This record gives sequence, structure tokens and C-alpha cells, in this order.
Amino acid sequence: MKTTDETKLRGAATQGDVILSARDICVAFDGFKVLDHLDLDIYRGEILGFVGGSGTGKSVLMRTILRLLPRQAGDIHMLGIDYDEADEEERIALDMQLGVLFQHGALFSALTVKENIQVPMREYLDLPRPLMDELAHLKIDLVGLAPEAANRYPSELSGGMIKRAALARALALDPMLVFLDEPTSGLDPVGAAEFDELIAKLRDTLGLTVYMVTHDLDSLFSVCDRIAVLGQKKVLVAGTLDAILANDDPWIQSYFHGKRARLLPGNGEQRQAV
Amino acid sequence: METAPSITSRLNPSVDAPARAGSAEVRLEREDDATRIVLTGDWRHATVGDIDVRMREIARESGKSAVIDMGGITHIDTAGVWLVRRLQGDLAAAGCDVAIDGADDSESVLMEAVPQKLPEAQSPRKRASIFERIFAPVGARVLDLWGDIVASMYILGSAVRGAQLKLNRTSGASPAAIVSQMDHMGVRAVPIIALMSFLIGAIITQQSAFQLRYFGAEIFVVDLVGILQLREVGVLLTAIMIAGRSGSAITAEIGSMKMREEIDALKVMGLNPIGVLVFPRLIALVIVLPLLTVVADAAALFGSAVVAFSYSGITPDVFLNRLQSSVDMSTIISGMLKAPFMALIIGIVAAVEGMKVGGSAESLGQHVTASVVKAIFVVILVDGLFAIFYAAINY
Repeated sequence: MKTTDETKLRGAATQGDVILSARDICVAFDGFKVLDHLDLDIYRGEILGFVGGSGTGKSVLMRTILRLLPRQAGDIHMLGIDYDEADEEERIALDMQLGVLFQHGALFSALTVKENIQVPMREYLDLPRPLMDELAHLKIDLVGLAPEAANRYPSELSGGMIKRAALARALALDPMLVFLDEPTSGLDPVGAAEFDELIAKLRDTLGLTVYMVTHDLDSLFSVCDRIAVLGQKKVLVAGTLDAILANDDPWIQSYFHGKRARLLPGNGEQRQAV
Repeated sequence: METAPSITSRLNPSVDAPARAGSAEVRLEREDDATRIVLTGDWRHATVGDIDVRMREIARESGKSAVIDMGGITHIDTAGVWLVRRLQGDLAAAGCDVAIDGADDSESVLMEAVPQKLPEAQSPRKRASIFERIFAPVGARVLDLWGDIVASMYILGSAVRGAQLKLNRTSGASPAAIVSQMDHMGVRAVPIIALMSFLIGAIITQQSAFQLRYFGAEIFVVDLVGILQLREVGVLLTAIMIAGRSGSAITAEIGSMKMREEIDALKVMGLNPIGVLVFPRLIALVIVLPLLTVVADAAALFGSAVVAFSYSGITPDVFLNRLQSSVDMSTIISGMLKAPFMALIIGIVAAVEGMKVGGSAESLGQHVTASVVKAIFVVILVDGLFAIFYAAINY
């Protein structure tokens, strides 16, 4: 058992520990190209922040990777598996390793928070009921929700609680790769900062890899290990914050050196200029 | 077992492992009072289900001191860590000294993040008495009913006052909105109403003719169908069809606008949502339902004539003659008079239910169902009241 795991791991390691690689992705709607020969790599254990102007296709890319949208060309390998060539067993195994936090939570409105978290467990696993309840409560505790929230319905939750509950559902099966679509949008700055810390903490404890679409400059500066910028139908640049700040693309310049970014660390010289 | 597995291999298993997962095992090694609890194998969501009961039992079997040995675990995730932490907590609660052995760095981090005991939710309400459990729902129902009546009156009153635009513009709803609603609710319903009524007329005629044949009174089937259709069945079935078709649509439209705060947006702009949304629909329904009843009556009589000819040999000119002598203006009016009332009922019930929709998709579904069921029930009830009323005044 262990030897096969290690060969599998070594296989992944030779690719530089890439957990998700997308190559030559082309997506078009009615002949209009949204993504054109896009390449993207995500490494194991990192938090990748994904930014781009409105309408540049951030959501399209995420949905394409999650196979919610068809693509015209390109290969996507997740955890070393190409979904298109995988058999049924591998597909299920891969699906179990993915967690998604949708922008508006996408909690099932007819189920309580606890039942929402138990949906993946119920579908994939054969767990005794008491243990399933305990695990659901554990996830609720891990994402920082009050235990009373377990039996509430999504319509009775605040925006921040919905995000946390949706994150708990995304983490129900301890996935390796988590997709977050604008996790801090609609939260107040304190709530957003707490959510950022939560994501960083969960990455450290659970060993997650996080793909985060965000517009929140604070999130980008505080928790993201790497940042990828989408523009002109492909990934303009991907790298550490410093590398991005040094890039001279006009959109990146205005995004990271605009008025709203001036007060952030790393832009000290600008702050003095103001 | 030649080398200790790396952190990543234990915490981040290879992807296809769940498909051929191992199993979680636990073994007790006793030395006097000390117990060594040796955990081996795969301790993840997919595998811990089988060992859950055993782990609960162990908490009671161990002696004064115990060591939990995690060295033999090949894979572990939060589910496995939770079982270990729960065991640790249970043992400690039973007065046993517990130590953890063989946990690597990343596991220790995870162990610390998982609590030994889950926080208990404070149960906000205690169990109600049997008296309360019987009568509280009854009272709630009565209050609901009263609330429905008040809301219906509010909607009726708002509709009477009109759209209530700002700057004293009392022109009411825009004609365009009314015409568009009439198109949706009326014109597009004509085919289904005509078809349904044609079949109903044909069926009633065939059944009645079959029975009347025994008495040699087959010709009176024309009287029967004419009066029945024009006084009762025509308007009733049309109203039921419209309650299902347009009432549900009104509830769904208003309800989904309520869900997305569009109703609140209208209020903030100083517009009365009832006036803007419900008023045109009510007007359209009140105009359209009598017209559809005319269509239904004509279609039903046509169906009746066809069956009377083919089944009973009553020729069309005999049919029309007979119809003319049995049906007078009061028959037609007593039927048609009911249509606007039915239309108002359908529209108001649909609007009341639409305004009650809460935040979830499920509540939208519930209220659409309630709208149709209540509208049909009240329509039949009112039809009965009309029958009593007509009988009382000999109309």
C-alpha cells in the first residue's frame, strides 16, 4: 500500500509537485473567444490568488476546470489525472478530492447546515449516523461557526455565516484541492480578514491547496502565496506578489498601484507620495 | 516499513487511494494497568466508519493509563484525527492518563486544531407540554387564516385604489401592462380551454344520453348539457384551469421578486408593489376570465352537438332548436356573473401567497402549491354559495 503511494507521489514530484495543470485551454461562446491557449499551474500546498478585470473570464476558467463548461481545446490534469481519460473509479476518486465554495454559497436551501455538510458524506461514504453527526459538527467548529448554526437553514444565516457553512461543506471529505470563488466578497473588512486567516489556518492544518478567485486586495496581500493575473484571454503573469508588482502591464499597474492599493504594505513609497 | 512515510504521504494521500482504501485497525496491548492502543492502517473518511463503534468501546476497556500509538497509521485526515481525539477525551474523562505517541509534525498540528469534545449547542427551547403541542398549532392556524383574510383585503383595497404613483398621478396601471398580462393569461390559454371544454361537453353528452335513452328522453340531453354547462361547469372548469395556469404563475413571479428583494426596491422607490404588480394582473384576470368562459361554453356546446349527432342521431338543427327553447338569457348571465368573482379570488389568493414567500427555493414551491390549492378550493366554495344564492332568489 505504502510503496504504491510513494511511487504515485514520486510521479507527482517529478512534475514539480503540480497539483493542477491546465494547458492550451480554449473556450469560446458563439465563436467569441474568452480564453485562448491559456496555461496555468497550481503547486501543492499553495494558496493561489486569481485576479482579473470583470469579464476577463475568471469564472469561466474556474468553471471550465471544474468541467461545468465545455472547452474547445486543451488538457486539464488534476492530481496527475486527466479526467477525460479517467475511468469511472478514478473520476469518483478525483471528485472526492475537490471542494468548491461558490460565490453565493450555493447551499441547498431545503437542508440545514448540518445536512448540507453531510450530503457529500452520505453520497460517497458509508458512515454510521452518530459519527456523521460528529464529523459535521467538527467541520462546523473548524470553520468557526457557532454550534447553534448546525440546525439552521441557509435562509436564516448571515452572509458571512453562509460563506463559512459553504466552506464547511466544501471541506466535508477533506479534499486536497479547494476552489474559492470570491470568498470575501460581501463581507465586512473584519469578517473578510477573519476569513482570510481561516483559509490560511486550514491550509496549514489540513494541507489544502487553494485556488482563490478574488478581488480583495487585502486577501491577495495577506494570504496568497502566488498571484495569477488573467487578461487578454490568457494568464498574463503568475508569481509572487513582488513579481506581480514589478510587472509593467498597464492593467496590473493600475490594479495594484491604484488608489485603493496605496495603503497596503509593499506600496510604502506611494503612501509617502500621497 | 523501511522508512517513515513523509508528512505529505500521510496527510495528502495519492488520489486514487480511496478507490482501493485499506482499513483502519486498532489493537490493545496490555501490561498490568497500562494499555497501549496501537492504531494501524488507513484512518480516513472512507475507512473510519467500520472502526467507530470499536473506538467508543475502547474508552471503557482501558485501565489507569493508556498510550495511543499512531506510528502505524499510513493515512489520516480529520475524520481519523477526530476519532483519536474523541478517544483521548473519553479516556481522560474516565480518569485515565493518556499520552499520544508516534504523531508526526503535521499530524500534531491537525490534532491541535481538532477539539477533544465538540461544543454543545445550547438548546433554546425546552419540550412543550402536551396541552401546548395540541393547541399551539391550532391557534397558529387560526391566526394564519386571519392574516390571510387581512392580506387579501389589503390587496383588494390596494387594487381598488390603483397603482398609487407619486405626484398624485392616479391614472392607474399602464394599459400596456394590462394588455400584456391579458395576452399571457387569456389569449394563450384559449387552445387548452377550448380543447378541455370540447371534451367535457362531449363526455357529459354521451353519459347523459346513455342514461336518458332508457326513458326514451334522449332529446332532453340538449337541455341538460346546455343548462349545466352555461350555469355551472363552464365557468367552474375555466376558473380551475386558470387557477392552475395563471394563479401559479402570479405566485411564482411575485414570490421570486420577493426573494430577490425586488419588492423592497419598489417600496423604497415609493411605489406600492401591490399597485404596480398585482393591480394589472387582477384587471387582466377580471377581463379575461369571462371571455374565456364564453370560449369554453361555445366549445363545450360544439362538442355536445357533435356527440349528440354521432351517438344519438340528434341533427344539428334539432340540437339548436332545442337549445334555443331551453336556454334563456338568465341561464347565460347567471353563469357569466360568477366569472369576475372567480377571477378576483384567483388573483388575490395568488398575490397573497406570492407575498408570503420567504428566502428559500423550497418556500417558493410551497407557496405556489398553496396558491393553486387554495384558489381552487375557494373557487368551488364560491360556486356553491352562488348556487345557494340563485336558488334562494329563484333566478
